[in-house]
Amino acid sequence: MKLDGSIKFQEKLIERLLFLCSLLSVFTTFGIIWVLLSESIGFFQKVSIVEFLTDTEWTPLFTNKHFGILPLLSGTFLTTVIAILVAVPFGLASAVYLSEYASAKARNIIKPLMEILAAIPTVVYGYFALLFVTPLLKMVIPSISGFSALSAGFVMGVMIIPMVSSLSEDAMHAVPSGLKEGAYALGSHKLQVAFRIVFPAALSGITAAVILAISRAIGETMIVAIAAGQQPTLTANPLVPVMTITAYIVQVSLGDTPHGTIEYKTIFVCGLSLFLLTFILNVISYKLRKHFQEVYD
Amino acid sequence: MTRNQWSKFSDRVFQAVGLFTTFFGLAVLAVLLYDVFTDGFSRLNWQFIMSYPSRKPEQAGILAAWGGTIWIMVTTALFAIPIGIGSGIYLEEYARKNRLTNFIEINIANLAGVPSVIYGLLGLAIFARAMKLDRGVITGGMTLGLLVLPVIILSTREALRAVPSSIREASLALGATKWQTVRYQVLPAALANIMTGIILAMSRAIGETAPLIAIGALTYIPFLPTSPVSVSKSAPFVNFTLQGFLDPFTVLPIQIFNWVSRPQKGFLVNAAAGIIVLLLITLFMNAIAIYLRHKNQKRW
Repeated sequence: MKLDGSIKFQEKLIERLLFLCSLLSVFTTFGIIWVLLSESIGFFQKVSIVEFLTDTEWTPLFTNKHFGILPLLSGTFLTTVIAILVAVPFGLASAVYLSEYASAKARNIIKPLMEILAAIPTVVYGYFALLFVTPLLKMVIPSISGFSALSAGFVMGVMIIPMVSSLSEDAMHAVPSGLKEGAYALGSHKLQVAFRIVFPAALSGITAAVILAISRAIGETMIVAIAAGQQPTLTANPLVPVMTITAYIVQVSLGDTPHGTIEYKTIFVCGLSLFLLTFILNVISYKLRKHFQEVYD
Repeated sequence: MTRNQWSKFSDRVFQAVGLFTTFFGLAVLAVLLYDVFTDGFSRLNWQFIMSYPSRKPEQAGILAAWGGTIWIMVTTALFAIPIGIGSGIYLEEYARKNRLTNFIEINIANLAGVPSVIYGLLGLAIFARAMKLDRGVITGGMTLGLLVLPVIILSTREALRAVPSSIREASLALGATKWQTVRYQVLPAALANIMTGIILAMSRAIGETAPLIAIGALTYIPFLPTSPVSVSKSAPFVNFTLQGFLDPFTVLPIQIFNWVSRPQKGFLVNAAAGIIVLLLITLFMNAIAIYLRHKNQKRW
């Protein structure tokens, strides 16, 4: 069969265009890395890497400038740990329930409902954390501040529950039913099958889900910017205001920081730290998911 | 207790625990909605929707915010939908299995996990500074476009994958070219599922705050971007302009954030009322997406 020359040309052109579209995502990645690195290099010409990693104060906007990332890291770490302490137990228990106990009909109703939780804009969660959860916590713990890692972390944890639950349930769903049936045939009951057969068999997928949740919590911005506070303090106390890496980026962006100054460069250094942390976690999670898909496919 | 009774008992206990943890999130959601509605519902009126921000909470409104949100959404959609669908088509229908394709795929998976505030830094350095578009609508729209691109690509691919290969083969066997097959057979068959993905992506973009703050979007804007069409009394009577895309903007979530950060009670009530509007838009879009997905669970 002989195709018309112009049709042939058109076909080639369309394929090229579509290819260019998919290249944009590669450019985006390189763009992110280039932007973060180029501004960070300018920063590290003025501030030594040792000071950046070991100084315990972060005060780039003051006259007496300190550039130690540790307080921001500890703030990020604290809110993330609290969020994970909420999201993982609740998410995993609900995943086991949905995959092993709930009927298919119940699952089809509950899962879309839980997705709504993940669709709520984060600024709304921030409002809720600051004006509902914090006053509520104050009734139980009178010493808690108006801004705290506990309140922001808790709400962030609730927001991440559907993600942990849904990804872990997918992993449990992928466990071959032969394994489960074998265990039932040997006289195990549901709880034993769920926790001694399905859970270990799906472990790499579940770990991937938890790591992705950690990465999500580290990168979350609005909840912590609204409810966790604006004070970079090196502390492990969940009841006082802290500042996360992301909240610092928001704080500087709200002011009018002139382009090219060291204050301007700090947000890119923070961006780079954030990117590296989440990138490493995402890669680990991606590999783990590939792994469990290979095992049972 | 015998072993058997113990098993039954522990099964029951876990069933209760599982039910509790599953509904815990939903219970929090219900409390959240109740809290926001009781805080803000009384403030929700025509004056609030049609007013610009003000220093006095009772005179302030969300006109500039929702107007800006519409501008940003249109720009995001114009940018991200064609590129996202094109990219999805290439990867699913054209790409050969090689290292480049593999690299692109890993890239997209990774981009989906990059924190949104980092896209803001990218938009700030590339669109706002290097391309000198400043903090205009187009900067915000393209930044959010890049942010939702992975979501659109992944859902397009999933939708295309669900179309059985027999349809492609039949079309090719009838002498259609590759593109004709994609354009007239595969895309129409996958369209409903692609739409679902796009609506979900756009509903995510509507709620995004951090990337737009990072590109330097202003929090106090007492005007709307220039309308693309205006009517004048002299010739040519109807004028078209793209100036609006370069005008500064604010969006609903930024306006809400701005009000939440203020100490006065009146602004907090405004924030709650703004949240009700934002939630209605988001939940409405999600409902459409869930409905579409449910309706189109076609078995081939």
